[in-house]
Amino acid sequence: MLGLSKKDTTFLLVVIFLTLATPILLQPFPENSALAQFNAGYPDLMQRFAIFGIFAIGFNILFGLTGYLSFGHAAFLGVGSYSVVWMYKLLNYNVLPGLVLAIVMSGLFALFIGYISLRRSGIYFSILTLAFAQMSFNLAYSVLTPLTNGETGLQVYNNDPQVLMSEGSPTSPHFFGIVMNEATKVDVGGWQFTFSNGYYFCAIIAIIVFYLSLRIFRSPFGIMLRAIKTNQTRMNYTGLNPRPYTLAAFVISGMYAGLAGGLLAAMDPLAGAERMQWTASGEVVLMTILGGAGTLMGPVLGAGFIKYFENIFSKINDSILHSWFSALPDGLEDFVVFVFHPFIGKGWHLTLGLLFMLVVIFLPGGLIEGGNRIWNVISGKNRKKKRDEAAHHPKPTSHVN
Amino acid sequence: MGILEVSNVNKRFGGLQALGNVNLDVAKGTVHAIIGPNGAGKSTLLNVLVGKLVPDTGTVLFNGTSVLGLKPFEINQLGISRVFQTPEIFSDLSVFENMLIPCFAKRDGSFRMHALESIASEKDIIEKAEHMLAEVNMADKRHMTASSLSRGDKRRLEMAMCLVQEPKLLLLDEPTAGMARADTNNTIDLLNQIHDSREITMVIIEHDMHVVFSLAKRITVLAQGTPLVEDTPDNIKGHPKVKEAYLGEAAA
Repeated sequence: MLGLSKKDTTFLLVVIFLTLATPILLQPFPENSALAQFNAGYPDLMQRFAIFGIFAIGFNILFGLTGYLSFGHAAFLGVGSYSVVWMYKLLNYNVLPGLVLAIVMSGLFALFIGYISLRRSGIYFSILTLAFAQMSFNLAYSVLTPLTNGETGLQVYNNDPQVLMSEGSPTSPHFFGIVMNEATKVDVGGWQFTFSNGYYFCAIIAIIVFYLSLRIFRSPFGIMLRAIKTNQTRMNYTGLNPRPYTLAAFVISGMYAGLAGGLLAAMDPLAGAERMQWTASGEVVLMTILGGAGTLMGPVLGAGFIKYFENIFSKINDSILHSWFSALPDGLEDFVVFVFHPFIGKGWHLTLGLLFMLVVIFLPGGLIEGGNRIWNVISGKNRKKKRDEAAHHPKPTSHVN
Repeated sequence: MGILEVSNVNKRFGGLQALGNVNLDVAKGTVHAIIGPNGAGKSTLLNVLVGKLVPDTGTVLFNGTSVLGLKPFEINQLGISRVFQTPEIFSDLSVFENMLIPCFAKRDGSFRMHALESIASEKDIIEKAEHMLAEVNMADKRHMTASSLSRGDKRRLEMAMCLVQEPKLLLLDEPTAGMARADTNNTIDLLNQIHDSREITMVIIEHDMHVVFSLAKRITVLAQGTPLVEDTPDNIKGHPKVKEAYLGEAAA
């Protein structure tokens, strides 16, 4: 079906089901229980899962397949956001023109940056992309203020033209009348499920781009990209020019990033320069490696994992810790809270860093490899089958090349 | 008129004259060996032929057209394939995927954006790759990752990847270096079989005289960047100049 093998079709159907059922699956604890704070089924967070999932899927097409580690993908995220907000300002709050412009602009931007940066490989390529991203950030922050509104961030004002705006049209981002920040809340027993328009809009786009990346992975083009990662010498002596292949991969992943940035502005009609900062570029690298570079699902998992930590762990504070450990004797309780304190709240980065180290050292293939190992133990698969598996999921990079 | 004509090629690395006035005429359909002691310029000459190095002066004509200044992938597209001293294969990919890549390169040229086509629908390419794998007796290893192959199999795979592109000229850089005698003989048989069935012109750089005399129809002896003699294997054996180049003045 859809030009996929039977196995891939099943895989895609599972992904579609999981994506559409996310508002239910991420709400495992009843509303009033003590564990309700670990629920992730609220629109803002779920939208982030989908959007950063798209970002990471795109990044993985470049890094996972060709092995070129870009440290400047946040620049495309920013370009996407600015494009969408500009379309709000000039036309109206319909997100479609903005998203199209976001993809086109980030594609052009990626073509320019990629054409120059791909003259080098390895660490030099990474540094070049980093330099471009920082230049973009600084331009957006100060020099290009008329275009980006500098440090205030770009937003829609009452005196903007908005030429397509008519009497009854919505005054917040919408897709032909479907308003993004509207949601239906359903109460079942003690549980509350939120089905938000914004999440489903992102989710459907995420499914489409996931399907595209699946097709790319299985295409001759995908094999060529993996060949580039393995041996560029043989590539050259087989009559293939690696440059246009890497450039195409770079532009495709730039367009994915632009789309993700556009969707960020589609959920919340703002665009700020900080979206282009190098920490944002680093984050997508972490997501991809944490989940499993070069695997199809890994980057999405990694993105979800990091966004979950960012939003849930950072909300735990000392008083919540005290309430958890209140059963302990006073002195011990204070001690336990003291021990946990650096890892929660603002310290969630520390927890994430430790987890990242553990994954990189013990599971070089990321969370996907962990999942595969557990699955192999449960199902008692032998080594031969495991190798078969490896043939379907390209091997992850154990080092940066 | 040979298929490959090298005339007056000079290449200097700083103070070292790596190639000095090299002339070489390789006839179509022959197996031409280039031998010589270490540092004679054999590899430099090969790198000039594949476009990795550009000579200071001289011309290299392949089928009458100059290949100087062309990139390695452009030279390959003209019909020159190269087998390396240590097999260069796509070690992270499966054997079968290794075979697909040269097939696509042959059909689609140096770049084609086929990002949304499925490999399964490329029936002719798959058939070609499978056929070639069967010919080198590797059909049963198609799902193996290339890095897990034995050295002999890696060499076989690399040759199969070159041959499936039906090159007009095959360059081999010490194809039996570091091999055990049995593997060497297998490689000789494979190369002889390839030459007999396809009549591909081959240029071989080799140290092992046993290999050279089992394969070559014509031999050029290179010493200190300059060709000493060019002749048939029978005449090269026992040629005083060759002995001198290899063993030094005293032996001659």
